[in-house]
Amino acid sequence: MNIAVALRLMPNPGDELELDGADIDREYVEMVMNEFDDQALEEAVLIKEATGATVTAVGLRAEGIEQALRVAYARGADRIVIVDAGELDPYDSRTAALAFAQAFRELKPDLVLTGVQTPTDVFGQGAPYLAAALDWPQVNVVVGVKLVDGRAEVTQEYAGGRLAVLGVELPAVVGLQSASAPPRYVSMARLRQAMTEASTETLAVDVPAPARASTIESLDRPEQTAGAKMLEGGPEELATQIAALLREQGALVS
Amino acid sequence: MADVLVYIDPSGDAERLLAFARPLATGAGGEVVALVAGGESGADGLTGADVVLEMSHPALSPYLPEAHQAALAAAIEARKPQLVLFENTTAGYDLAAAAAARADLPFVGYCVGLSVHDGEAESTSTVYGGQLLATVRTTLPAVFAVNSTAMHDVSGASGRGERVQLPAPAKLDSLRTTFLEGFVPADEGVDLTKAERIVCVGRGIGGAENIEIAQELATALGAELAGSRPVIDSGWLPKVRQVGKSGARVKPKLYLALGVSGAPEHVEGMQGAELIVAVNKDPSAAIFNVAHFGVVADLFDVADELTTLVS
Repeated sequence: MNIAVALRLMPNPGDELELDGADIDREYVEMVMNEFDDQALEEAVLIKEATGATVTAVGLRAEGIEQALRVAYARGADRIVIVDAGELDPYDSRTAALAFAQAFRELKPDLVLTGVQTPTDVFGQGAPYLAAALDWPQVNVVVGVKLVDGRAEVTQEYAGGRLAVLGVELPAVVGLQSASAPPRYVSMARLRQAMTEASTETLAVDVPAPARASTIESLDRPEQTAGAKMLEGGPEELATQIAALLREQGALVS
Repeated sequence: MADVLVYIDPSGDAERLLAFARPLATGAGGEVVALVAGGESGADGLTGADVVLEMSHPALSPYLPEAHQAALAAAIEARKPQLVLFENTTAGYDLAAAAAARADLPFVGYCVGLSVHDGEAESTSTVYGGQLLATVRTTLPAVFAVNSTAMHDVSGASGRGERVQLPAPAKLDSLRTTFLEGFVPADEGVDLTKAERIVCVGRGIGGAENIEIAQELATALGAELAGSRPVIDSGWLPKVRQVGKSGARVKPKLYLALGVSGAPEHVEGMQGAELIVAVNKDPSAAIFNVAHFGVVADLFDVADELTTLVS
């Protein structure tokens, strides 16, 4: 059983984003593994531990991907592959999915896991695009995957935390909201070891030119129209103001 | 045809999405057409649609993504709409992009605003977890998914309500996905929807070892402790304490957000709170757009002082 994890990148959640035309200023932004792909990776490694499956972590060539893939190796991936589809628009999730699909036609995994979304997939989520390109079944917003009798049993989550278990024939694409257990911690020593140990394979693929029927004209910060009344002061003053406010508004236990 | 096809999600808010679709249909010079696939969604109560397309097949309920995908493809093929609208629910995440890919139409997700003129759509989408807004121009026909927080008004405008049976495509007899069981996880004695006061921690809490600081404040305030998705996914708090799209939708008297960025999925679950106070060290955090009072500060300093004051 071969599981592939499609890994994408996102700006480090701690970094402040600066605007640069219709994009963010990428110069000082560190690109790290997309947080939901991190969950997908963890689920793949949990399945590996339970069944002996092999895990291949796959990413598209871009600044930061090598580091993300080596983290994946340190976390338990057996193989890491960089797919080279040339320069891609970072918002063009559809072309990215076509590049992944090309790679999976060659790598022939039984199951592809990826994150439910990225912070930049305004033009569509990866899992449904990938499944459409491969003509495989797909389930997104999943919180657990098990392999049972040669098929996947996936737990899909709905509004309010309601769940359903669906049986999916393989090969299939599954989009993870969260793994069955939180992503494991990897020590710096293990990470350094992975840096020297892991050998990266590269796979070149051709993708069609994007259709451009939809374009981002600008990126802006949301207007603070009905924004909060901001309180000022040091920690003690702020706490005093909040306490007074809660009292005034009747929000404290009387 | 210049219609707006609206996918009715069994777990979504159908009337609000139909109300959102009404001005778009007017702008495009067409009608609001609702697709009801399977009996779960209920075609009877849909007052906001001009035409209700009904499709019946055992595979369509309970909800199965592959089956609903096939139903959508058939409906898009039959009606050739100018716009196809989804709510950004689980079904939206499953189906919207796939429907666009299969019909070879452009797709724009996370919309908080959408208007149509001269064969083009102008939309605004949340991006980077709600930190930024993207203005997007799209040639029609196209598919859009709308954030639930943007669907504010139910206009009350009724549609014609014509009902049309759509034949079930043959594909529904050879699906590769099956429904096994549905369930609601045990609440473990925690019901955030009933809490009068909630202290919610976000990514800014930094780690499981700091949860105690927020717990002390929650105890002092007589509040329940809750977390946003990154906190739950990291295992710092149990799932029953999650607020947001995939957790509880809460309406407490007080919602104190500590280190919560305010991603749209979180805001969806807490914007109905009577008093929202947010503490975040990032002055541009999106939570300040929904909070009534905001504090730009280190949450630990403020939490410690506040705990002492209200104890």
